[in-house]
Amino acid sequence: MLDVITCQDLAFSYDGFQALRGMTFSVQKGQVFALLGPNGAGKTTTIRVLNGLLRSSAGQCSVLGLNPGNQGAEIRRRTGVLTETPALYERLTAWQNLRFFGALSEMDAAQIEERGKFYLHALDLDGWADQRVETYSKGMKQRLALARALLHDPELLFLDEPTSGMDPFAARQVEELIYRISKDEGRSVILCTHRLFEAEKVCDYVAVMKQGSITAAGTLSELRQQVTPEIRVRFEFQQVPASDLAAQAGGLPGVQSLEGAGSAVWNLRLETIETVPPLVAFLTANGAAVLSVIPHRATLEEIYLKLQDQEEQVKL
Amino acid sequence: MKIRNVLTIARKDWLEVRQNKTAWIPMLIVPAIFVVVLPLIFTLLLPALNVSPEDVMNSDADITYFIERMPDQLSQYVDLQKPMESMIVVMLGIMFAPMFLIMPLMFASTIAAESFAGERERKTIEALLYTPASDADLFMGKLTAAAVPSIGITWISFLVYTLILNLVPYTTFQRFWFPLPTWWPLIFWITPALAILSIAVTVLISARVPNFQGAYQLSSSLVILVVALFAGQLSGFLYLSVGIELLLGVLFWAAAFFLVYLAVRSFNREALITGRS
Repeated sequence: MLDVITCQDLAFSYDGFQALRGMTFSVQKGQVFALLGPNGAGKTTTIRVLNGLLRSSAGQCSVLGLNPGNQGAEIRRRTGVLTETPALYERLTAWQNLRFFGALSEMDAAQIEERGKFYLHALDLDGWADQRVETYSKGMKQRLALARALLHDPELLFLDEPTSGMDPFAARQVEELIYRISKDEGRSVILCTHRLFEAEKVCDYVAVMKQGSITAAGTLSELRQQVTPEIRVRFEFQQVPASDLAAQAGGLPGVQSLEGAGSAVWNLRLETIETVPPLVAFLTANGAAVLSVIPHRATLEEIYLKLQDQEEQVKL
Repeated sequence: MKIRNVLTIARKDWLEVRQNKTAWIPMLIVPAIFVVVLPLIFTLLLPALNVSPEDVMNSDADITYFIERMPDQLSQYVDLQKPMESMIVVMLGIMFAPMFLIMPLMFASTIAAESFAGERERKTIEALLYTPASDADLFMGKLTAAAVPSIGITWISFLVYTLILNLVPYTTFQRFWFPLPTWWPLIFWITPALAILSIAVTVLISARVPNFQGAYQLSSSLVILVVALFAGQLSGFLYLSVGIELLLGVLFWAAAFFLVYLAVRSFNREALITGRS
């Protein structure tokens, strides 16, 4: 698949401060790529370097086949960026904001009108288009900033906290929009967010950053395998199984641990998911009435927190 | 550099200033005082209050000294045999001239501070930096946004001042006497130089202070140039003759170009983000 971004050992430093170091990653066409990490991890700096706002101090980088170091303007013509703060002109109306940014993105008036109307409608702002932005709620400003980022039909989108300040309904609209942009329209999205459940829903690939470098990267299942290789499964019984059954089950091959002995709900850690069928067969053969078997997959939040914990422990 | 981008940025800045009363109200009040109120005091109010022109002219030793030492190039317009006429010419046609330079300095620094430091303060600059517009487009757009209205308002004020000084005391002069030749280089040579100088200083200051107020207050200190000219003229040290004005203009333009060069160098995306210049 075509790479829209490739970075090799990318670094950025200023005034003796190493803001990015050894960043190696690639983003494919149509992929939603999440950059996760605590504040100050370097997510926003990465976006700035990739768009040619800051010049990398080391490493190689290509964005849409262009070099951000000397082709920043051409890159910015083809990318859309939703900044961390909406960065809208509050004394101007939504239309005045869109016309201004559309003109600077080299769109003609008819294109701005057509696409502006489309996105104002798609983001439920059409009734407010002629109101000053200072009268908007935080979520409305965020939606207008998103409309601005999408206005010039960018091939690659950078979204820094896109649902910040939005109510759940609006946030869901944005998630659907991100999904549509990537899967239906084949555009790539770099998503920086602290809302891990949101990233889990829409992202194809995740990179976790800390102190200017990527500490872990992969698809969600790759990260899950990397961070929590064991399988957790919850067994629910109609009645509490016989007292010695838990001890026997805990000793079966592939079972790492068993919690909840003496109750009707057990939580087991298994080496592989293949351990489940013989385990169920063993339990039913020994008189246990199994109601449900639910494998638990680590959420992105759990993976992220575990990664951060591991980092802390390495430091200690 | 793309002219379309420059004009787009300038128009947006004008629109923003228009929506900001705290920025444009002083831009109406100051010209109103300089161009309308002060001339009307000397041409209508003092005569109406029976204040004699001689009393005004002799009210201060500095003014007397100023008139006595005036070079021929200026004194030829002062006919002391006609006290009312002399008072108006001396006060409004000669002495007041340097004060007119406050306008381009003040307007340019207000708009430039709003445009450069204000954008950083409100964090709107980041979205602007992500557009394809070049650093030169951004700088020239903002320079145009500040320069055009500040020079324009000064020139319009000059036109209104000219009309008032010719029409209101017409019965006294029986002719159109203003502007004196010294006003042409003052308005069309020095005024634009000071406006550009003021913008360049504001840009340089804006890179180092975090907000509009700080940038505006520091750049407003350029008014000291005008005060120095006024004091120099009043003390008889420096009369604003055409020659002196042309020379001052050259100095101001040279300073303006040098500071614009420094400002352009400091105005780039990386410096605006990292705070380095």
